[in-house]
Amino acid sequence: MNSRTKVLGRTGQYLALLAYLVFLAFPFLWLISTAFKSPRELGSLHPTWIPRHPTLDNFRQAFDEQPLLHAGLNSLVAAVSAAVIAVLIATPMAYVTARGRGRLAAAATGWVVISQAFPFVLLIIPLFLVLKNLHAINSVGGLVLVYVVWSLPFALWMLNGYVRAVPAELEEAAAVDGAGRLRTLVSVTAPLLAPGIVATALFAFITAWNEFFFALVLLKTPEKQTLPVVLTHFLGAEGVADLGPLAAAAFLATLPSLVIFAIIQKRITGGMLTGAVKS
Amino acid sequence: MLPALLPILVLSVGPLLYGIALAFTDSQSGRTTATRWVGLLNFRDLAHDGLFWESFRIGLLWAVGVTVPQFLLALGLALLLNQRLRLRWLARALAIIPWAMPEVVVGIMWRLVYQPDAGILNETLRTLGFGDGHDWLTGLATALPAVILVGVWAGMPQTTVALLAGLQNTPRELHEAAAIDGAGAWRRFRAVTWPALKPVALAITALNFIWNFNSFALVYVLTNGGPGGRTRLPMLFAYEEAFRYGQFGYAAAMGCVMVAVIAVCLALFLVGRINEGRDK
Repeated sequence: MNSRTKVLGRTGQYLALLAYLVFLAFPFLWLISTAFKSPRELGSLHPTWIPRHPTLDNFRQAFDEQPLLHAGLNSLVAAVSAAVIAVLIATPMAYVTARGRGRLAAAATGWVVISQAFPFVLLIIPLFLVLKNLHAINSVGGLVLVYVVWSLPFALWMLNGYVRAVPAELEEAAAVDGAGRLRTLVSVTAPLLAPGIVATALFAFITAWNEFFFALVLLKTPEKQTLPVVLTHFLGAEGVADLGPLAAAAFLATLPSLVIFAIIQKRITGGMLTGAVKS
Repeated sequence: MLPALLPILVLSVGPLLYGIALAFTDSQSGRTTATRWVGLLNFRDLAHDGLFWESFRIGLLWAVGVTVPQFLLALGLALLLNQRLRLRWLARALAIIPWAMPEVVVGIMWRLVYQPDAGILNETLRTLGFGDGHDWLTGLATALPAVILVGVWAGMPQTTVALLAGLQNTPRELHEAAAIDGAGAWRRFRAVTWPALKPVALAITALNFIWNFNSFALVYVLTNGGPGGRTRLPMLFAYEEAFRYGQFGYAAAMGCVMVAVIAVCLALFLVGRINEGRDK
Protein backbone atom coordinates (compact mmCIF):
# COMPACT_ATOMS: atom_id res chain seq x y z
CA MET A 1 0.00 0.00 0.00
CA ASN A 2 2.62 2.42 1.14
CA SER A 3 4.99 1.55 -1.67
CA ARG A 4 2.18 1.87 -4.19
CA THR A 5 1.38 5.43 -3.16
CA LYS A 6 5.11 6.09 -3.31
CA VAL A 7 5.29 4.87 -6.91
CA LEU A 8 2.24 6.94 -7.78
CA GLY A 9 3.81 9.97 -6.14
CA ARG A 10 7.04 9.51 -8.07
CA THR A 11 5.14 9.16 -11.36
CA GLY A 12 3.26 12.34 -10.59
CA GLN A 13 6.50 14.14 -9.86
CA TYR A 14 8.04 13.02 -13.14
CA LEU A 15 4.94 14.05 -15.08
CA ALA A 16 5.05 17.48 -13.46
CA LEU A 17 8.75 17.82 -14.21
CA LEU A 18 8.09 16.84 -17.80
CA ALA A 19 5.39 19.51 -18.09
CA TYR A 20 7.84 22.13 -16.78
CA LEU A 21 10.51 20.98 -19.22
CA VAL A 22 8.12 21.33 -22.15
CA PHE A 23 6.89 24.74 -21.00
CA LEU A 24 10.41 26.10 -20.53
CA ALA A 25 11.91 24.68 -23.69
CA PHE A 26 9.26 24.87 -26.40
CA PRO A 27 9.47 28.59 -27.30
CA PHE A 28 13.24 28.37 -27.65
CA LEU A 29 13.02 25.23 -29.77
CA TRP A 30 10.47 26.96 -31.96
CA LEU A 31 12.80 29.93 -32.40
CA ILE A 32 15.59 27.61 -33.53
CA SER A 33 13.24 25.72 -35.81
CA THR A 34 12.02 28.94 -37.43
CA ALA A 35 15.57 30.18 -37.93
CA PHE A 36 16.37 27.23 -40.19
CA LYS A 37 13.24 27.25 -42.36
CA SER A 38 13.03 28.55 -45.90
CA PRO A 39 10.61 31.38 -46.75
CA ARG A 40 8.40 28.94 -48.64
CA GLU A 41 8.12 26.69 -45.66
CA LEU A 42 7.37 29.61 -43.36
CA GLY A 43 4.49 30.55 -45.64
CA SER A 44 3.00 27.09 -45.58
CA LEU A 45 -0.23 26.54 -43.74
CA HIS A 46 0.88 23.69 -41.53
CA PRO A 47 4.18 24.54 -39.86
CA THR A 48 6.23 21.63 -38.52
CA TRP A 49 8.70 21.37 -35.64
CA ILE A 50 11.54 19.98 -37.76
CA PRO A 51 12.33 22.08 -40.85
CA ARG A 52 11.70 19.96 -43.96
CA HIS A 53 14.59 21.56 -45.87
CA PRO A 54 16.91 23.16 -43.31
CA THR A 55 18.71 26.19 -44.70
CA LEU A 56 21.21 28.81 -43.57
CA ASP A 57 19.74 31.45 -45.89
CA ASN A 58 18.02 33.24 -43.01
CA PHE A 59 21.33 33.91 -41.31
CA ARG A 60 22.86 35.31 -44.49
CA GLN A 61 19.80 37.44 -45.12
CA ALA A 62 19.79 38.72 -41.52
CA PHE A 63 23.34 40.01 -41.92
CA ASP A 64 22.42 41.58 -45.27
CA GLU A 65 19.34 43.37 -43.99
CA GLN A 66 20.66 44.86 -40.77
CA PRO A 67 24.14 45.87 -39.56
CA LEU A 68 24.26 43.00 -37.08
CA LEU A 69 28.03 42.78 -36.76
CA HIS A 70 28.37 46.49 -36.15
CA ALA A 71 25.52 46.42 -33.64
CA GLY A 72 27.14 43.47 -31.90
CA LEU A 73 30.36 45.44 -31.68
CA ASN A 74 28.51 48.43 -30.17
CA SER A 75 26.87 46.10 -27.65
CA LEU A 76 30.21 44.56 -26.79
CA VAL A 77 31.93 47.92 -26.25
CA ALA A 78 29.05 49.27 -24.16
CA ALA A 79 28.67 46.14 -22.03
CA VAL A 80 32.39 45.61 -21.38
CA SER A 81 33.04 49.26 -20.47
CA ALA A 82 29.97 49.44 -18.24
CA ALA A 83 30.85 46.21 -16.43
CA VAL A 84 34.47 47.20 -15.83
CA ILE A 85 33.66 50.72 -14.64
CA ALA A 86 30.78 49.59 -12.42
CA VAL A 87 32.94 46.98 -10.70
CA LEU A 88 35.84 49.42 -10.27
CA ILE A 89 33.52 51.87 -8.51
CA ALA A 90 31.47 49.32 -6.61
CA THR A 91 34.25 47.19 -5.12
CA PRO A 92 35.68 49.82 -2.71
CA MET A 93 32.13 50.86 -1.81
CA ALA A 94 31.10 47.28 -1.13
CA TYR A 95 34.16 46.77 1.02
CA VAL A 96 33.42 49.85 3.09
CA THR A 97 29.72 49.08 3.55
CA ALA A 98 30.32 45.42 4.34
CA ARG A 99 33.05 46.02 6.91
CA GLY A 100 31.72 49.27 8.34
CA ARG A 101 29.22 49.32 11.18
CA GLY A 102 28.33 53.00 11.00
CA ARG A 103 25.06 54.55 10.00
CA LEU A 104 26.47 55.54 6.63
CA ALA A 105 27.08 51.94 5.71
CA ALA A 106 23.53 51.02 6.69
CA ALA A 107 22.15 53.98 4.75
CA ALA A 108 24.08 52.96 1.63
CA THR A 109 22.76 49.39 1.80
CA GLY A 110 19.24 50.68 2.40
CA TRP A 111 19.52 52.93 -0.62
CA VAL A 112 20.44 49.96 -2.81
CA VAL A 113 17.14 48.31 -1.90
CA ILE A 114 15.07 51.48 -2.21
CA SER A 115 16.54 52.41 -5.59
CA GLN A 116 15.09 49.19 -7.03
CA ALA A 117 11.57 50.57 -6.67
CA PHE A 118 12.12 53.55 -8.98
CA PRO A 119 10.91 53.07 -12.54
CA PHE A 120 13.47 53.61 -15.26
CA VAL A 121 11.73 56.74 -16.60
CA LEU A 122 12.58 58.53 -13.41
CA LEU A 123 16.23 57.68 -14.00
CA ILE A 124 16.45 58.18 -17.73
CA ILE A 125 14.82 61.62 -17.94
CA PRO A 126 17.40 63.38 -15.74
CA LEU A 127 20.26 61.43 -17.33
CA PHE A 128 18.91 62.27 -20.78
CA LEU A 129 18.94 65.98 -19.90
CA VAL A 130 22.47 65.74 -18.47
CA LEU A 131 23.74 63.87 -21.52
CA LYS A 132 22.06 66.38 -23.81
CA ASN A 133 24.02 69.19 -22.16
CA LEU A 134 27.18 67.15 -22.65
CA HIS A 135 26.23 66.48 -26.32
CA ALA A 136 26.52 62.77 -25.59
CA ILE A 137 23.01 61.62 -26.48
CA ASN A 138 23.50 59.55 -29.59
CA SER A 139 26.74 57.97 -28.39
CA VAL A 140 27.89 54.69 -26.91
CA GLY A 141 29.82 56.69 -24.27
CA GLY A 142 26.59 58.22 -22.99
CA LEU A 143 24.99 54.80 -22.90
CA VAL A 144 27.90 53.48 -20.85
CA LEU A 145 27.36 56.23 -18.28
CA VAL A 146 23.68 55.27 -18.00
CA TYR A 147 24.55 51.59 -17.65
CA VAL A 148 27.05 52.34 -14.88
CA VAL A 149 24.42 54.31 -12.96
CA TRP A 150 21.88 51.59 -13.51
CA SER A 151 24.04 48.61 -12.59
CA LEU A 152 25.80 50.21 -9.62
CA PRO A 153 23.16 49.22 -6.99
CA PHE A 154 23.07 45.53 -7.82
CA ALA A 155 26.83 45.34 -8.31
CA LEU A 156 27.16 46.83 -4.84
CA TRP A 157 24.60 44.36 -3.52
CA MET A 158 26.35 41.31 -4.92
CA LEU A 159 29.84 42.45 -3.94
CA ASN A 160 28.65 43.26 -0.46
CA GLY A 161 27.70 39.61 -0.06
CA TYR A 162 31.07 38.43 -1.36
CA VAL A 163 33.00 40.74 0.98
CA ARG A 164 31.02 39.44 3.96
CA ALA A 165 31.93 35.91 2.94
CA VAL A 166 35.63 36.79 3.44
CA PRO A 167 36.17 36.34 7.20
CA ALA A 168 37.31 39.54 8.87
CA GLU A 169 39.42 37.34 11.19
CA LEU A 170 41.76 36.60 8.28
CA GLU A 171 42.44 40.32 7.84
CA GLU A 172 42.90 40.73 11.58
CA ALA A 173 45.34 37.83 11.65
CA ALA A 174 47.36 39.42 8.85
CA ALA A 175 47.40 42.70 10.76
CA VAL A 176 48.63 40.90 13.87
CA ASP A 177 51.41 39.39 11.79
CA GLY A 178 52.51 42.90 10.98
CA ALA A 179 51.04 43.36 7.51
CA GLY A 180 49.98 46.92 6.73
CA ARG A 181 46.47 47.86 5.63
CA LEU A 182 47.35 47.90 1.95
CA ARG A 183 49.37 44.71 2.18
CA THR A 184 46.42 42.95 3.86
CA LEU A 185 44.00 44.12 1.18
CA VAL A 186 46.28 43.10 -1.67
CA SER A 187 47.52 39.73 -0.48
CA VAL A 188 44.68 38.49 1.76
CA THR A 189 41.37 40.07 0.75
CA ALA A 190 41.82 40.55 -2.99
CA PRO A 191 42.57 36.92 -3.89
CA LEU A 192 39.60 35.69 -1.87
CA LEU A 193 37.35 38.33 -3.39
CA ALA A 194 38.50 37.86 -6.98
CA PRO A 195 35.97 35.18 -8.02
CA GLY A 196 33.13 37.33 -6.67
CA ILE A 197 34.41 40.37 -8.54
CA VAL A 198 34.60 38.39 -11.77
CA ALA A 199 31.07 37.03 -11.28
CA THR A 200 29.70 40.52 -10.60
CA ALA A 201 31.45 41.91 -13.68
CA LEU A 202 30.08 39.13 -15.88
CA PHE A 203 26.59 39.64 -14.50
CA ALA A 204 26.84 43.38 -15.17
CA PHE A 205 28.05 42.51 -18.67
CA ILE A 206 25.05 40.30 -19.41
CA THR A 207 22.49 42.78 -18.11
CA ALA A 208 24.05 45.54 -20.23
CA TRP A 209 24.30 43.25 -23.27
CA ASN A 210 20.60 42.39 -22.93
CA GLU A 211 19.41 45.91 -22.06
CA PHE A 212 16.89 47.58 -24.33
CA PHE A 213 15.06 50.56 -22.82
CA PHE A 214 17.98 52.94 -22.28
CA ALA A 215 19.51 52.03 -25.63
CA LEU A 216 16.18 52.71 -27.35
CA VAL A 217 15.92 56.13 -25.76
CA LEU A 218 19.50 57.26 -26.30
CA LEU A 219 20.67 55.80 -29.61
CA LYS A 220 18.97 57.33 -32.62
CA THR A 221 21.06 56.40 -35.65
CA PRO A 222 21.52 52.79 -36.82
CA GLU A 223 25.33 52.91 -36.79
CA LYS A 224 25.28 53.71 -33.06
CA GLN A 225 22.59 51.25 -32.00
CA THR A 226 23.14 48.11 -29.96
CA LEU A 227 22.00 44.62 -30.85
CA PRO A 228 18.59 44.55 -29.05
CA VAL A 229 17.55 47.83 -30.71
CA VAL A 230 18.65 46.65 -34.14
CA LEU A 231 16.74 43.41 -33.63
CA THR A 232 13.48 45.34 -33.33
CA HIS A 233 14.06 46.76 -36.83
CA PHE A 234 13.30 43.30 -38.19
CA LEU A 235 9.78 43.66 -36.84
CA GLY A 236 8.93 46.25 -39.46
CA ALA A 237 6.31 48.95 -39.32
CA GLU A 238 2.99 47.18 -38.85
CA GLY A 239 4.38 44.17 -37.07
CA VAL A 240 4.76 42.45 -40.43
CA ALA A 241 7.99 40.64 -39.87
CA ASP A 242 10.28 38.66 -42.07
CA LEU A 243 10.15 35.67 -39.74
CA GLY A 244 13.18 33.71 -40.88
CA PRO A 245 15.88 36.40 -40.60
CA LEU A 246 14.21 37.68 -37.44
CA ALA A 247 14.51 34.29 -35.78
CA ALA A 248 18.06 33.80 -37.02
CA ALA A 249 19.24 37.16 -35.68
CA ALA A 250 17.45 36.71 -32.37
CA PHE A 251 19.04 33.29 -31.95
CA LEU A 252 22.54 34.66 -32.59
CA ALA A 253 22.03 37.59 -30.20
CA THR A 254 21.20 35.19 -27.37
CA LEU A 255 24.27 32.97 -27.66
CA PRO A 256 26.83 35.18 -25.84
CA SER A 257 24.70 35.67 -22.75
CA LEU A 258 23.68 32.02 -22.68
CA VAL A 259 27.30 30.88 -22.70
CA ILE A 260 28.41 33.32 -20.02
CA PHE A 261 25.36 32.61 -17.92
CA ALA A 262 25.96 28.88 -18.04
CA ILE A 263 29.46 29.50 -16.69
CA ILE A 264 28.55 31.78 -13.80
CA GLN A 265 25.01 30.75 -12.88
CA LYS A 266 25.89 29.06 -9.59
CA ARG A 267 28.01 31.95 -8.44
CA ILE A 268 25.39 34.58 -9.20
CA THR A 269 22.62 32.92 -7.23
CA GLY A 270 25.04 32.39 -4.37
CA GLY A 271 26.04 36.04 -4.40
CA MET A 272 22.51 37.37 -4.57
CA LEU A 273 21.44 35.27 -1.64
CA THR A 274 24.38 35.97 0.63
CA GLY A 275 23.68 39.63 -0.04
CA ALA A 276 20.01 39.09 0.79
CA VAL A 277 20.33 36.90 3.84
CA LYS A 278 23.11 38.63 5.69
CA SER A 279 22.08 42.27 5.46
CA MET B 1 34.47 56.13 4.41
CA LEU B 2 32.72 59.03 2.75
CA PRO B 3 34.93 59.14 -0.37
CA ALA B 4 34.08 55.54 -1.14
CA LEU B 5 30.37 56.31 -0.89
CA LEU B 6 30.61 59.45 -3.01
CA PRO B 7 29.95 57.65 -6.33
CA ILE B 8 26.60 56.35 -5.15
CA LEU B 9 25.58 59.84 -4.05
CA VAL B 10 26.60 61.38 -7.36
CA LEU B 11 25.57 58.56 -9.68
CA SER B 12 22.52 57.06 -8.02
CA VAL B 13 20.93 59.33 -5.43
CA GLY B 14 21.60 62.48 -7.43
CA PRO B 15 19.89 61.52 -10.70
CA LEU B 16 16.84 60.13 -8.93
CA LEU B 17 16.40 63.28 -6.84
CA TYR B 18 16.79 65.34 -10.02
CA GLY B 19 14.16 63.14 -11.66
CA ILE B 20 11.73 63.67 -8.78
CA ALA B 21 12.38 67.41 -8.88
CA LEU B 22 11.55 67.48 -12.60
CA ALA B 23 8.05 66.24 -11.77
CA PHE B 24 7.38 69.69 -10.27
CA THR B 25 8.53 71.59 -13.37
CA ASP B 26 7.22 72.16 -16.89
CA SER B 27 10.35 70.66 -18.44
CA GLN B 28 9.87 69.85 -22.14
CA SER B 29 12.15 68.79 -24.94
CA GLY B 30 13.22 71.31 -27.56
CA ARG B 31 11.90 74.39 -25.79
CA THR B 32 13.65 77.71 -25.92
CA THR B 33 12.26 79.34 -22.76
CA ALA B 34 13.65 78.35 -19.39
CA THR B 35 12.09 75.54 -17.36
CA ARG B 36 9.91 76.83 -14.51
CA TRP B 37 8.60 75.37 -11.28
CA VAL B 38 4.92 74.65 -11.58
CA GLY B 39 4.24 73.09 -8.19
CA LEU B 40 1.68 70.31 -8.27
CA LEU B 41 0.30 71.19 -11.70
CA ASN B 42 1.56 67.98 -13.34
CA PHE B 43 -0.02 65.88 -10.62
CA ARG B 44 -3.31 67.76 -10.93
CA ASP B 45 -3.28 67.09 -14.68
CA LEU B 46 -2.48 63.45 -14.04
CA ALA B 47 -5.46 63.10 -11.73
CA HIS B 48 -7.73 63.98 -14.68
CA ASP B 49 -5.84 61.94 -17.24
CA GLY B 50 -8.16 59.00 -17.88
CA LEU B 51 -5.71 57.32 -20.26
CA PHE B 52 -3.05 57.33 -17.57
CA TRP B 53 -5.28 55.70 -14.98
CA GLU B 54 -6.40 53.13 -17.51
CA SER B 55 -2.76 52.31 -18.16
CA PHE B 56 -2.24 52.17 -14.41
CA ARG B 57 -5.07 49.69 -14.01
CA ILE B 58 -3.55 47.53 -16.75
CA GLY B 59 -0.16 47.83 -15.08
CA LEU B 60 -1.52 46.53 -11.78
CA LEU B 61 -3.42 43.71 -13.52
CA TRP B 62 -0.25 42.79 -15.34
CA ALA B 63 1.97 42.98 -12.24
CA VAL B 64 -0.35 40.84 -10.10
CA GLY B 65 -1.21 38.54 -13.02
CA VAL B 66 2.47 37.85 -13.62
CA THR B 67 3.81 37.82 -10.06
CA VAL B 68 1.33 35.37 -8.54
CA PRO B 69 1.52 32.54 -11.14
CA GLN B 70 5.25 33.16 -11.37
CA PHE B 71 5.59 32.46 -7.67
CA LEU B 72 3.30 29.40 -7.62
CA LEU B 73 4.89 27.80 -10.69
CA ALA B 74 8.38 28.57 -9.46
CA LEU B 75 7.59 27.10 -6.05
CA GLY B 76 6.34 23.90 -7.67
CA LEU B 77 9.43 23.62 -9.84
CA ALA B 78 11.76 24.40 -6.94
CA LEU B 79 10.13 21.68 -4.81
CA LEU B 80 10.54 19.21 -7.67
CA LEU B 81 14.15 20.16 -8.25
CA ASN B 82 14.83 19.73 -4.55
CA GLN B 83 13.86 16.04 -4.85
CA ARG B 84 16.27 13.39 -6.04
CA LEU B 85 14.77 13.07 -9.50
CA ARG B 86 16.47 12.10 -12.72
CA LEU B 87 16.56 14.77 -15.45
CA ARG B 88 16.91 17.37 -12.71
CA TRP B 89 20.08 18.68 -14.39
CA LEU B 90 18.16 19.18 -17.64
CA ALA B 91 15.49 21.26 -15.93
CA ARG B 92 18.17 23.35 -14.24
CA ALA B 93 19.93 23.91 -17.54
CA LEU B 94 16.69 24.83 -19.32
CA ALA B 95 15.71 27.18 -16.54
CA ILE B 96 18.75 29.28 -17.39
CA ILE B 97 17.53 30.06 -20.90
CA PRO B 98 14.70 32.51 -20.14
CA TRP B 99 16.83 34.21 -17.52
CA ALA B 100 19.85 34.76 -19.73
CA MET B 101 17.94 35.82 -22.83
CA PRO B 102 17.64 39.47 -23.82
CA GLU B 103 14.06 40.58 -23.19
CA VAL B 104 13.80 41.66 -26.80
CA VAL B 105 14.59 38.13 -27.92
CA VAL B 106 12.02 36.70 -25.51
CA GLY B 107 9.44 39.01 -27.07
CA ILE B 108 10.45 38.08 -30.61
CA MET B 109 10.41 34.38 -29.75
CA TRP B 110 6.89 34.47 -28.36
CA ARG B 111 5.69 36.50 -31.33
CA LEU B 112 6.83 33.56 -33.44
CA VAL B 113 4.88 31.22 -31.15
CA TYR B 114 1.74 33.38 -31.26
CA GLN B 115 2.01 34.05 -35.01
CA PRO B 116 -1.50 33.43 -36.40
CA ASP B 117 -0.49 31.34 -39.45
CA ALA B 118 3.06 30.16 -38.98
CA GLY B 119 3.01 29.97 -35.17
CA ILE B 120 3.20 26.71 -33.27
CA LEU B 121 0.41 27.58 -30.84
CA ASN B 122 -2.34 27.84 -33.44
CA GLU B 123 -0.96 24.86 -35.31
CA THR B 124 -1.08 22.75 -32.14
CA LEU B 125 -4.63 23.91 -31.42
CA ARG B 126 -5.64 23.05 -35.00
CA THR B 127 -4.11 19.60 -34.70
CA LEU B 128 -5.94 19.00 -31.43
CA GLY B 129 -9.17 20.14 -33.07
CA PHE B 130 -9.72 23.41 -31.21
CA GLY B 131 -10.81 25.38 -34.25
CA ASP B 132 -8.90 27.79 -36.44
CA GLY B 133 -6.95 29.52 -33.73
CA HIS B 134 -6.65 33.18 -32.87
CA ASP B 135 -4.66 36.25 -33.57
CA TRP B 136 -3.58 36.28 -29.95
CA LEU B 137 -1.59 39.48 -29.70
CA THR B 138 -3.98 41.68 -31.64
CA GLY B 139 -7.25 40.37 -30.21
CA LEU B 140 -8.79 42.81 -27.73
CA ALA B 141 -9.64 40.06 -25.25
CA THR B 142 -6.56 37.88 -25.66
CA ALA B 143 -3.73 40.42 -25.84
CA LEU B 144 -3.29 41.03 -22.11
CA PRO B 145 -3.51 37.34 -21.07
CA ALA B 146 -1.10 36.48 -23.89
CA VAL B 147 1.55 38.97 -22.75
CA ILE B 148 1.03 37.94 -19.11
CA LEU B 149 1.88 34.35 -20.04
CA VAL B 150 5.13 35.56 -21.57
CA GLY B 151 5.88 37.56 -18.44
CA VAL B 152 5.38 34.47 -16.29
CA TRP B 153 7.64 32.42 -18.55
CA ALA B 154 10.38 35.02 -18.56
CA GLY B 155 10.52 35.60 -14.80
CA MET B 156 9.92 32.09 -13.52
CA PRO B 157 13.52 30.79 -13.64
CA GLN B 158 14.97 33.53 -11.49
CA THR B 159 12.26 32.99 -8.88
CA THR B 160 12.83 29.23 -9.02
CA VAL B 161 16.54 29.56 -8.43
CA ALA B 162 16.00 31.89 -5.46
CA LEU B 163 13.40 29.57 -3.92
CA LEU B 164 15.57 26.52 -4.55
CA ALA B 165 18.45 28.14 -2.69
CA GLY B 166 16.04 28.90 0.14
CA LEU B 167 14.83 25.29 0.17
CA GLN B 168 18.35 24.02 0.49
CA ASN B 169 18.63 25.94 3.74
CA THR B 170 15.70 24.09 5.31
CA PRO B 171 16.84 21.56 7.89
CA ARG B 172 16.69 18.09 6.35
CA GLU B 173 16.72 16.32 9.74
CA LEU B 174 13.57 18.15 10.74
CA HIS B 175 11.92 16.96 7.55
CA GLU B 176 12.89 13.38 8.22
CA ALA B 177 11.77 13.57 11.84
CA ALA B 178 8.36 14.88 10.74
CA ALA B 179 8.10 12.06 8.19
CA ILE B 180 8.84 9.47 10.86
CA ASP B 181 6.15 11.05 13.05
CA GLY B 182 3.73 10.32 10.22
CA ALA B 183 3.20 13.86 8.92
CA GLY B 184 1.93 13.86 5.31
CA ALA B 185 3.56 15.82 2.51
CA TRP B 186 1.29 18.83 2.98
CA ARG B 187 1.78 18.92 6.77
CA ARG B 188 5.53 18.68 6.31
CA PHE B 189 5.43 21.54 3.81
CA ARG B 190 3.35 23.74 6.12
CA ALA B 191 5.22 22.99 9.32
CA VAL B 192 8.82 22.56 8.22
CA THR B 193 9.48 23.84 4.70
CA TRP B 194 7.37 26.99 4.56
CA PRO B 195 8.62 28.66 7.77
CA ALA B 196 12.21 28.26 6.57
CA LEU B 197 11.39 29.38 3.04
CA LYS B 198 9.23 32.35 3.97
CA PRO B 199 11.87 35.11 4.14
CA VAL B 200 13.22 34.24 0.69
CA ALA B 201 9.69 33.86 -0.70
CA LEU B 202 8.64 37.28 0.59
CA ALA B 203 11.78 38.97 -0.69
CA ILE B 204 11.60 37.49 -4.18
CA THR B 205 7.85 38.14 -4.51
CA ALA B 206 8.24 41.77 -3.50
CA LEU B 207 11.11 42.21 -5.97
CA ASN B 208 9.18 40.43 -8.73
CA PHE B 209 6.22 42.74 -8.19
CA ILE B 210 8.42 45.81 -8.51
CA TRP B 211 10.24 44.51 -11.57
CA ASN B 212 7.03 43.46 -13.25
CA PHE B 213 5.23 46.72 -12.58
CA ASN B 214 8.17 48.61 -14.09
CA SER B 215 8.65 46.28 -17.03
CA PHE B 216 8.95 47.66 -20.54
CA ALA B 217 10.88 45.79 -23.22
CA LEU B 218 8.81 42.61 -23.28
CA VAL B 219 5.49 44.28 -23.96
CA TYR B 220 7.07 46.91 -26.22
CA VAL B 221 8.24 44.13 -28.53
CA LEU B 222 5.15 41.93 -28.22
CA THR B 223 2.36 44.46 -28.76
CA ASN B 224 3.81 47.96 -28.31
CA GLY B 225 0.90 48.64 -25.98
CA GLY B 226 -1.78 47.63 -28.48
CA PRO B 227 -4.42 46.71 -29.45
CA GLY B 228 -6.16 49.94 -28.56
CA GLY B 229 -4.05 50.43 -25.44
CA ARG B 230 -5.09 47.10 -23.93
CA THR B 231 -1.51 46.26 -22.98
CA ARG B 232 -0.16 49.76 -22.50
CA LEU B 233 1.74 49.40 -19.23
CA PRO B 234 2.56 52.57 -17.26
CA MET B 235 6.18 52.45 -18.41
CA LEU B 236 5.12 52.39 -22.06
CA PHE B 237 2.83 55.32 -21.41
CA ALA B 238 5.54 57.30 -19.64
CA TYR B 239 8.05 56.46 -22.38
CA GLU B 240 5.75 57.85 -25.06
CA GLU B 241 4.97 60.92 -23.01
CA ALA B 242 8.67 61.66 -22.44
CA PHE B 243 10.34 60.62 -25.66
CA ARG B 244 7.64 60.87 -28.29
CA TYR B 245 5.88 64.02 -27.05
CA GLY B 246 8.81 65.44 -25.09
CA GLN B 247 6.81 66.10 -21.91
CA PHE B 248 9.62 65.45 -19.44
CA GLY B 249 7.99 67.05 -16.41
CA TYR B 250 4.71 65.23 -16.93
CA ALA B 251 6.44 61.88 -17.48
CA ALA B 252 8.54 62.38 -14.35
CA ALA B 253 5.31 63.00 -12.41
CA MET B 254 4.03 59.65 -13.73
CA GLY B 255 7.21 58.02 -12.50
CA CYS B 256 6.66 59.51 -9.05
CA VAL B 257 3.09 58.21 -8.90
CA MET B 258 4.38 54.77 -9.92
CA VAL B 259 6.91 54.75 -7.07
CA ALA B 260 4.22 55.85 -4.63
CA VAL B 261 1.86 53.08 -5.70
CA ILE B 262 4.59 50.46 -5.48
CA ALA B 263 5.52 51.68 -2.01
CA VAL B 264 1.92 51.46 -0.82
CA CYS B 265 1.38 48.00 -2.35
CA LEU B 266 4.57 46.65 -0.83
CA ALA B 267 3.84 48.13 2.57
CA LEU B 268 0.37 46.53 2.58
CA PHE B 269 1.79 43.23 1.37
CA LEU B 270 4.59 43.07 3.92
CA VAL B 271 2.48 44.26 6.85
CA GLY B 272 -0.17 41.69 5.96
CA ARG B 273 2.37 38.89 5.81
CA ILE B 274 4.02 39.88 9.07
CA ASN B 275 0.67 40.09 10.91
CA GLU B 276 -0.29 36.71 9.51
CA GLY B 277 2.94 35.32 10.92
CA ARG B 278 2.18 36.80 14.34
CA ASP B 279 -1.33 35.35 14.58
CA LYS B 280 -0.03 31.81 14.54
